[in-house]
Amino acid sequence: MQIIESPKVYDAIVVGSGAGGGMAANILSENGLKVAVVEAGPFFDPKDPATMTQLKNPWESPRRGASTKRAFGDFDMSWGDWEVDGEPYTTAEGTSFKWWRARMLGGRTNHWGRISLRFGPTDFKHKDVDGLGENWPISYDEIKPYYDRLDKMIGVFGTKEGRYNDPDGFFLPPPKPRLHELYYIKGARKAGVPVIPSRLSILTKRINTERGVCFYCSQCNRSCNAYADFSAGSCLIFPAQNSGGQIDLYTNCMVKNVTTDDEGLATGVSYINKEDRQEYQLRGKTVVLGASACSSARILLNSKSKQHPNGLGNSSDHVGRYLHDSTGAGISAFVPSLMDRKVYNEDGVGGMHVYSPWWGDNSKLDFPRGYHIEVWGGMGMPAYGFGYNVDAMNKYIGGEVGGYGTKLRKDVKRFYGAVMGMAGRGEAVARYDNRCEIDPDTVDQWGIPVLRFDYRWSDYERLQAKHMIETFQEITHSMGGIVLGDPPGADRDYGLAAPGEIIHEVGTTRMGDDPRSSVTNKYQQLHDAKNVYIVDAGPFVSQADKNCTWTIMALSMRASEHIVSELKKMNI
Amino acid sequence: MDRRESLKSLLIGGVAGASLGVSSCKPNESNTEAQSTVNDGGGYGRTPSEMEHDRRVMAEEYLTEHELATIAVLCDIILPATETAGSATDAEVPVFIDFIVKDLPYQKLPMRGGIMWLDAESRKRYDRSFVDLNDAQQIAIVDDIAYPDPDGERPEMGPGIKFFSLMRNLTLTGYYTTKMGFDDLGYAGNRPNLWDGVPEDVLAEHDVDYDPEWIAKCINHDTREEVAQWDDDGNLLN
Repeated sequence: MQIIESPKVYDAIVVGSGAGGGMAANILSENGLKVAVVEAGPFFDPKDPATMTQLKNPWESPRRGASTKRAFGDFDMSWGDWEVDGEPYTTAEGTSFKWWRARMLGGRTNHWGRISLRFGPTDFKHKDVDGLGENWPISYDEIKPYYDRLDKMIGVFGTKEGRYNDPDGFFLPPPKPRLHELYYIKGARKAGVPVIPSRLSILTKRINTERGVCFYCSQCNRSCNAYADFSAGSCLIFPAQNSGGQIDLYTNCMVKNVTTDDEGLATGVSYINKEDRQEYQLRGKTVVLGASACSSARILLNSKSKQHPNGLGNSSDHVGRYLHDSTGAGISAFVPSLMDRKVYNEDGVGGMHVYSPWWGDNSKLDFPRGYHIEVWGGMGMPAYGFGYNVDAMNKYIGGEVGGYGTKLRKDVKRFYGAVMGMAGRGEAVARYDNRCEIDPDTVDQWGIPVLRFDYRWSDYERLQAKHMIETFQEITHSMGGIVLGDPPGADRDYGLAAPGEIIHEVGTTRMGDDPRSSVTNKYQQLHDAKNVYIVDAGPFVSQADKNCTWTIMALSMRASEHIVSELKKMNI
Repeated sequence: MDRRESLKSLLIGGVAGASLGVSSCKPNESNTEAQSTVNDGGGYGRTPSEMEHDRRVMAEEYLTEHELATIAVLCDIILPATETAGSATDAEVPVFIDFIVKDLPYQKLPMRGGIMWLDAESRKRYDRSFVDLNDAQQIAIVDDIAYPDPDGERPEMGPGIKFFSLMRNLTLTGYYTTKMGFDDLGYAGNRPNLWDGVPEDVLAEHDVDYDPEWIAKCINHDTREEVAQWDDDGNLLN
């Protein structure tokens, strides 16, 4: 089969269009570079009425929003989830990993929780605190200017709290707490857990004349047609195009490998066009990988050449290693005093209005790293599954279980809005042995060798999950609630989610000063090929007890400006 | 049009006219160009492969007319009409159940088997299928399966109890995810608005309140249209 080459030479080929790739496309094109963005899924614009799910009612779906076709339900705006048709992955025997892949312009940013937390000073140097993992080769102070610009460019609400490891930024004002969040504040404070307004990249106030302002439908996971929440297409790629940036979008194009020359430098990428199933080549002076931590690792490992026999950037054998996801565990709680509520519109923004940053002192605990607490609940929109818990709640209040008719109708209303929940999202310790690598026996439908995952939690994570569950029980009791179901014990790893389930996977191409123990330098430039950069979460040395998106973008901004400067200096 | 046909036309109507266009892999110089190649989404934002799935599910015939008739009777026992709200069949819950057992096929067998069990129980007691019983006879059976049996006093009712629980769950979901259900619940969301906190009377009713210091930092909607400006320390100026 002939490979079809394009005559055009781009200044930069950006692989992936999510948080990292979108930011790179924006910064590079704004600096006058000719950019190709290669995305493995179709074009997507949140305001396209054909694909929009925002403000749809449940009855518009014959399955009422059930998760038959989309892991988070019909109306969630992610094309692609832990399973993608024809694109499998495998796991080493006795291990489990769930790999989420969005296949659409903007990637996962179209449906994510918009929780936009900066990493703090300790997060970049955590080895100094507990001797575990590795320090980043950069400090908070070096990244702070990029976080500051990011806040103003994208918009994030929050409040200045002066907490050392949860740095403040340039915030928009947050929304007021909902009723169940006031219960949470009360319960958490009684249990000694701090609560502050959440920090989400949703516009409660205008930041420019192009994007709209939040109209409080609570559906950011459906991607906002007013562009009032952050998605990479609507907030990075389209604005760059509209202001004259030279960006060619290659959608439904799956990058297979990076092509290199005799000196081992990148010359472009090879991709499969998913529509005609032909292989094409694009040429570029630089290649910027933002395909997601594991996809970028896969592309590198599949880019073998005489100069890079172990895969591109992999002379250290570190590509794919130190893979780690956030930890996760949670509980649901029934709060009897929230029964028989007055019903009103309490949608608010998409997601929680309050949260708890990590408060503990790990030197006094039996696990080394922290977690934050996310809160959910309220009088949400009914969807598939609504009404399934009436019996369970009657059991708790000693009501009559079972039945039908008028009594049942009353019960549904009594319990509406009386359930809430807490979820912990914590830091795992990155380990050399937790990795993804190429499965030598398996290809996807595009003929590209797939990833095999080999990931195991350690007691660091299990004991952290135990602490989460115990804390959530205490908070629940403090606010007069009842934990639904039996709290998970040691036999179930305290409810610890399988690796990958929290969708914060990072670390596969970690940055460092030493090429023997890292894949990129501190500017996210491959040690082994200076015109290849990685702008997704692959270069993360550690994940912190935060979410990775805000840091992906701050770092992608910084790496992209490094590319511009190095091109100007003719260094690449 | 018989019941089965009318159910089918209701379901198929939802995806009529769907086209199969997909976006192009060529470089798109502008967003608008790409948009013109996108499909119509089947009315609720579907991708082409999702529309194909819907078409396949809707074309499949699974539940028989007798089974759907039995489901209709049970649905209306579970949620009969009230003075202010329609019944489950008024909200077309059987149409939803007809679809969902095909869409989530693990529910097929419990539904079909449950209805067979119910008919067998009806014939044992009254020599007729469940739908052919009078109201009092139907309720007599339902009363034996609508409540759990934790002490094992009605061991022979086990399959029926499990089936009725499935019916109740699907009926509640099917009902409260319709406009009629929203109205009955008083659901007031899913529309543009400005969230400005918990109403005063609700705060008073629950033993919680707003911390004045916290509230002072929250958004004042009067300023939402003003483009945000900060000083160098991140203090919002407007």
